[in-house]
Formats: sequence, C-alpha cells, structure tokens
Amino acid sequence: MNGKPTWLGAVALACVLCVGALVPSAAAKTDKRAVLDTYARIAHAGYADSLTSAKTLRAAIAAFLKAPSEAGLKAARQAWIAARVPYMQTEAFRFGNPIVDEWEGKVNAWPLDEGMIDYVAGSYGKTNKDNPYYTANVIANPKVKLGGKVIDATTITKALLAETLHEAGKVEANVATGYHAIEFLLWGQDLNGTGPGAGNRPWTDYSLAKCTNGNCARRAAYLRVATDLLIDDLTWIAAQWAPGGKAREGLLKGDLNKGIATILTGMGSLSYGELAGERMKLGLMLHDPEEEHDCFSDNTHNSHYYDLVGILNVYHGRYTRIDGSKVSGPSLANLVAETAPALHKELAARLEASHAAMLTLKKRAEAGEAYDQMIGPKNKAGNAVVAAAVEALKTQTKSIQKVVGALGLEPIAFEGSDSLDSPEKVFK
Amino acid sequence: MRIGKGFAVNGLALAGLGGVVCAAIVATITPSEVEGAAASAERARVAAVTRPTTRFDKPEAFERRPGGAATVFKALNADIFSHASANMAFERELQFKVGNGIFRKVWVSSPASTKSSDGLGPLFNARSCQQCHLKDGRGHVPAKGERAVSMFLRLSVPPRSAAERAAVKTGRLSVIPDPTYGGQLQSFAVRGLRAEGRMVIRYAELPVRLADGTVVKLRAPRYRVAELGYGPMDEEVMLSPRLAPPMIGIGLLEAIAARDILALADPDDRDGDGISGRPNRVWSGAHGKPMLGRFGWKAGQPTVAQQSAGAFLGDIGLATARFPKPAGDCMPAQRSCMAAPHGGAGGNGATGGRIEVPKVMFDLVVFYSRNLGVPARRHLAEPQVLKGKALFYRAGCIGCHRPKFVTRRDGVPPEQSFQLIWPYTDLLLHDMGPGLADGRPEGRASGREWRTAPLWGIGLAKTVNPRASFLHDGRARTLLEAILWHGGEADAAKAKVVGMNSDERAALLAFLRSL
Repeated sequence: MNGKPTWLGAVALACVLCVGALVPSAAAKTDKRAVLDTYARIAHAGYADSLTSAKTLRAAIAAFLKAPSEAGLKAARQAWIAARVPYMQTEAFRFGNPIVDEWEGKVNAWPLDEGMIDYVAGSYGKTNKDNPYYTANVIANPKVKLGGKVIDATTITKALLAETLHEAGKVEANVATGYHAIEFLLWGQDLNGTGPGAGNRPWTDYSLAKCTNGNCARRAAYLRVATDLLIDDLTWIAAQWAPGGKAREGLLKGDLNKGIATILTGMGSLSYGELAGERMKLGLMLHDPEEEHDCFSDNTHNSHYYDLVGILNVYHGRYTRIDGSKVSGPSLANLVAETAPALHKELAARLEASHAAMLTLKKRAEAGEAYDQMIGPKNKAGNAVVAAAVEALKTQTKSIQKVVGALGLEPIAFEGSDSLDSPEKVFK
Repeated sequence: MRIGKGFAVNGLALAGLGGVVCAAIVATITPSEVEGAAASAERARVAAVTRPTTRFDKPEAFERRPGGAATVFKALNADIFSHASANMAFERELQFKVGNGIFRKVWVSSPASTKSSDGLGPLFNARSCQQCHLKDGRGHVPAKGERAVSMFLRLSVPPRSAAERAAVKTGRLSVIPDPTYGGQLQSFAVRGLRAEGRMVIRYAELPVRLADGTVVKLRAPRYRVAELGYGPMDEEVMLSPRLAPPMIGIGLLEAIAARDILALADPDDRDGDGISGRPNRVWSGAHGKPMLGRFGWKAGQPTVAQQSAGAFLGDIGLATARFPKPAGDCMPAQRSCMAAPHGGAGGNGATGGRIEVPKVMFDLVVFYSRNLGVPARRHLAEPQVLKGKALFYRAGCIGCHRPKFVTRRDGVPPEQSFQLIWPYTDLLLHDMGPGLADGRPEGRASGREWRTAPLWGIGLAKTVNPRASFLHDGRARTLLEAILWHGGEADAAKAKVVGMNSDERAALLAFLRSL
C-alpha cells in the first residue's frame, strides 16, 4: 500500500473520552483563516524552493553530462543533497491535503526495485534469463517486456517513465521517477550493507568515451528525462499552492476547522506512522539497510531531520527559505497557546525534544557513521540513537493528539451518513 | 478532509455497538451471570440484525459500512484497499505501517549482505507479498507471453498409500503433493536453478445466450505446464489454477464465530432449496487439530496466520516458525533446490537459521493482513441499486452470498470485535457445477466445490487494478461473466439472471458495483 493517513480517526475516537476534561478557554484571538494562510504560504514557498533547487540540480546534471568527470558527478550529487533540504520540509503537507497525497508518489516513491532502471550487482538476486520481470533494466534494453507486452523504450521519454514504467504492473516497488530514481542514477547501489560507504557509481557510467557498464548514452538520457520530469511535477505542485491555486483555495475557502485539522493530521501522520514507523522502526527492527529512506546516497539522516523541521515549521508558522529569507505569520502554535496554554508548552517542548534527538542522529551521521550503519545488527549505540528519535516522535504525536481534542475539532460528522444518527437502534 | 470525518463517525459507531450495550448489561447483572443471560439476549439481537432484509425501499441501517466500525472512508483511487481498519487505536497504527513495509518488502536470494531480507526461494512465484496482492487487491491473469506472478497452479495427486489415505481422512493433510514438484508450481527460481515450469493458459470462446437475446462470450480456460524443469510430473497430477485473492476484510472473516458459519451448513439440503453448503475442515498446526477452513478459494486454511505462513512458504520460499522449511516447496527429488543456500542465518538465535521470517516480522504481517479495511459502500440509496439489491436477494444469490454477520465479541482483536459486517459470503463450500470444477479435492472440498467468495469491495476491484478479473482463476472479465459461470447449486439463481431483461440486469450489476 501507499502511505496514506489513518491518523486522525484514532484521535477522534480517543478524544470522545478526553474532550470533556479540556474546557476550551475564552475565544482565541488568533484567526483560523490567518493560520491557514500562513500554512499555505509556507507550502508555496517550500514547493517553490524545491523547484528552484531541482533546477540547480538539473543545471549540475547538464554540466556533468556535457563533460563527464569525477568532479562533475560530485557536484551533481551535492546538488541532489541540497535539493532534498526544502523538499523534505514539505512532507508535512502530506497526509490530509488530497492534492498533495495524490501527487506525492511521483516524486518521492520508495523503496525502489532498482533493477528495473539499470544494472545491478549479482547479489541483488538477479534471476534467470527467462525471468525478465525482476530486472527489466530499461537502460540496457531498448525493448522491455512488461505485463506480456513489449514496450518500445528506444527513446527514453517522460511518457515512458511516468506513464508506462512507474508502478508498472501495479507493483509499488517499480519506481521509475522522482528523487530516488535520480538518486540511484547518481550514486548506484549501496553494496556496503550496514558497513561504511554509500553507492559508488563511477562517473564513467556516463562517459561516452570511457563508458563503463554499458549503455552510457541511454543512462544519461534517463537521468536527464527523470530530472526534467521532477521539475514538471514540482512546477505543478507549486502552482497548486500559489495564490488562486487549487490546494490553497481548497483550504482557505473550505471549513476552517477542517483546515486546522488538516495541519494536525499531517503533523501526526508524518511523525508517527510514516517517519517513526515505516521509515525508522522497520529498518531498525530488521537491521536492514534496504529500509533506509535515502539508501543510495546515505543521506537518510538529512531526510529524517528535515521532515522534523517541516513539522516544526507548520506548527510555529515559520519557514526559512533557501535564500535565507523568512516566511511567517499567525500560527497553529498561537492558536493552541491561547486555547490551551499548558498543552502548547507541552507540545512545543516535545517537538524540541524530537528536534534534539534528530540533531543527535544527524551529527552522528556527519561525524562518519551513516544511518545504515546506525541500524546495523551489532551497533548498540547507533541503534539507541535511532530508537530515541522514534520514541521522541511517538511522544510528540500524543501531544498532537491532545491538541485535536483541545481545539474541539472532533467529532466531525460524515456527510450523508444514514445510520449515525441513531447507532443504538441497530440492536434493538 | 474526508479521512477525518470518516474516522470520527466510525468512532461513534463503535461506541454505539459495543460500549452502550455493554454498559447496560454491567449495570444490572453480576459478572458471573453475564455469560448466560447476556449471551442469550445478545444472540437474539444478533439473530434479528443479521436476518436478511425483505425491504428494499431504502438502505438498511449501517449498510454503508460493510466492515462495521472498521470500514474505510477514503478517496476512491488505487489505494482504496490499502487503508487500516478505521477503528484502530492510535498506538497500533505504527504496527500497521511497519507491517505494510514488510508486506511490500522485496526478498533477495541467499547469501546476501542483508540477512533480514534474504531467504528468497530457492523456488518462488513472487518476491514480495505485494507482488501478488497488487495494491492489496486481487492478482491478474498473465497477458499473452507474460510469465504469471499473481496467479499459479496448485498441484496434488490422489492419496494412494494407506498412510496417505489416513492423513487425508483425519484431516492432517488436505492434499498429497506431487512427488517431484510439491504443492504448487513455482515459475521462478533463484540464479543457478531452474524454475519448475511455466503455466500455459488457452482460452476457448463460449457464447451464452440470455433470454433477451443478448449473447455474452465467456472464455473457457485450459491449463497445462510447459518447460518442466525437473522431469515429468506424476501421471495422476491434478492442477488447480489460483488467482491471488484480495486482502480486505480477512480479519473480520476470521472473527466470525465458527458456530455462526456452521449454523448455515446444510450438507444434505434438508431445507430442499437446492443449496447444501458444507464446511471445510483443515488441519491447524497452532491448535493441533482440524478446524473450520475459512481462507483460500476452497477454504483450505483455518486462520490468517496459517494462510500467511503458507503463502510465505509456497509463494516466496520463506520459512516461518509454523513451516520451518527454508527450502520452501522444494521436494527431496529436486536435489539442486534442496542444496541451495538459504537465508535466516542471522538474528534468529535458537532457530539455527531455519527460520527466514522471524516471529516479530511474521506477526506484523499477520496484523497488517487482518486490518486491511473494507471500503464504504457507494450509491447504495440510488433506486437502481436498491432494485438490484432486491433482485439479488430474490434470485436466491443470498443463499450462499450471505449478507450479514456480527463478529465475536471476545477472543478477537479490538478492531474486529463485535462488528456488524456485510461480507456477502457464508464461507461454506458449494458445488459450482462442471464448468468451474478443477477436479482437485482439497480437505473436504470436492473437485467441484468452491468456497463462496466474499463480495465486499468487488465493485472497486478494477479501481485498484484495472487488469483485475474474477473467479478463482480470473477467467471472468466482468461481473456478468462471473455470474454466468455459476452452476451446480447456483444453477437456479443463475437461470433467474439469464431470464432478466436488460434493465433488471443493469440494476443487478449496479448493486454489485456498489459493494
């Protein structure tokens, strides 16, 4: 399944019990529409920054492909890592904004079955020649057999990647587009397991003169097209959040409480199920480097860290853009502080505690122990750092849950519900 | 925000179903008396609410929620089968997400650097759970020239020795596997090994004329195996094609009390309605005795856990504590396969590397599987849908596609406890006639019997996977084709559909699409 939220429901259920205990205080001064406006402006700035940094990435890739070199590949990798900084902060807009949820799989789907895109090492589990399903390897094969049909991949186009190959055969691991496809093309497989080192693709994989691993022109074409596609997708989403854009309008012109609930749902679902659960707890439990969010580049520490920064942004209504300028305004934090001051203190402190835990993780990675090493089976100290971040995220989510109750955002009736009015009648 | 709303409603529904009733009882009766008095009062209430309706002027109370409080209210896209039970407590959601990660996990062959991911095969049909249960929905029939992944052939031979006959009779074994190829045909193998073979399907056109002159062209399949990798199969081998079934609602089906299912059985057709309904009895490793079979196309598995362990073993070649066979479905005659390296060397402690899916992972997959929620009904108040519902009931379809149950209150997880559910199945075996027969018995199921398939979510099958098709081998491309394949005990009901005019038929199908 794709990660979609199942978060606010649990909140609603739990708070049937808790709402009575929290008596909303005098009317809040903070205008809910103004809070949503700040939120939408941060979203727009974040996606616009993602777009800008993706264009920088495209320029670095273009320069590298024009004259392939070790330094050029390094510059492209640096640009990719920089591009992740604003993008990961926008993940707080997932889980609740339907436009974002529908779109997100195109740009950040993972984990990916890299054998569909390019060559992979033998230990990856490549099977017999008559098992083409697993290692379609589009870069090596101008004709690819998928779902019994021969697909003409002679020319690598946006349509081929986005419409034919992405989630081919409805298999979610068939990821052909987005940040992680580009990441794989820049770094290659990380064959170091939970040992040190990231993917180590040679720059000559893109050299027409000294081509390694074959098909260098096609590989370059794939990289170029995947990057163009990322830019198209980011352009589209940024427009949805611009003034007059559908995502912004939907939020500002809709029910205000619903909008505030959307912010909290995003914060809660990203903190808990997605980040603490699927991206961290699973890999820690399995000690499995494949379960690392940015597994080719060993950039996972930054991905996790900036996810958390994104959660802080939407709560405090502030965002520092990639050019250093600030976006800020009336915030959810203001609203909570007025309505339930003690709860605001609690949540703010827990968000800070998570930030500290993530920072520890990030610094550990920057000091030389990559995230995949931290989750290795024998690394007790590393495991503990990751586990502490998971715990902090769980704890902060409990406070987010309380905020939903304190703001009186539940229960919200479902339109057209026919049986809810008198549930007790069922067993009469 | 659609999601939040759905949840809030479900929370209230849960309180209504469980909490209110419970509080009333506790207030008046001491705990020791609760069992008898409450149980009989509750049984009467359950009997009343699960009785099929006879009124079709408007939807029934709660009909919108086929999964009770666990029903999913989410956007109708390809992810609609992938959401957790809506009544799941916050603390458990993380387990669901982690379980999803394992369900999606792509296994690799041994030896690999990743001990927690290796152990694939040596023979296998798929490399992950998700590869067959596409988007948690049903599999699809391979296209011409495509090697099947989400569909395969089950294999067995008739019991021949006294020991084999005794094992089948006592229920210890449901089938006797092919001596060389085992219980199913794996069409893939790890590098250096041969796959077992390739399933070949040939379709012949089979026109059916309806009373109003419309002709529906069915496709009648024939199966064989090409490219046998390990020599000939047994002369008496029986093949049964199986499509990966959708995953939604299986935890709720598991939570139906066995006695409620057995109460519907009528093996000798004493009521003379032409429909028998027999329970399958299959061996439960966990309980060490035969139990009611509920899962699989012939109800060949008693629990979600055993079904999952069976799928890990047969489909991906992974050993679990329940089936600690790292070589998967390899048979001793397949020597190269038995000798191939297997996974699970790391992290499994006392099991000595015989288990490739450790308990913690296995339990998460079972938890995830039990909690894939059933989507809410759509359009159920529209006159055409209500008309179709009436036709469905009056044609006798509900003789097997039983509309409602109330799940057990105790001994089941909270998400599944005491829910009014609408699976449209009785979980019993029925003779479906020669057209659908696979001629391969399984447990007590004969070669003509199949378990009534649940119909919940069937209207969204193609939303989740546009290539989805119906029946145990996906031969029916449309719901109408699926109905027309019904025979045997379903002959009378099918005849009614054949006799319908086009408006009636459209209404019937509109009802099915609203499920």
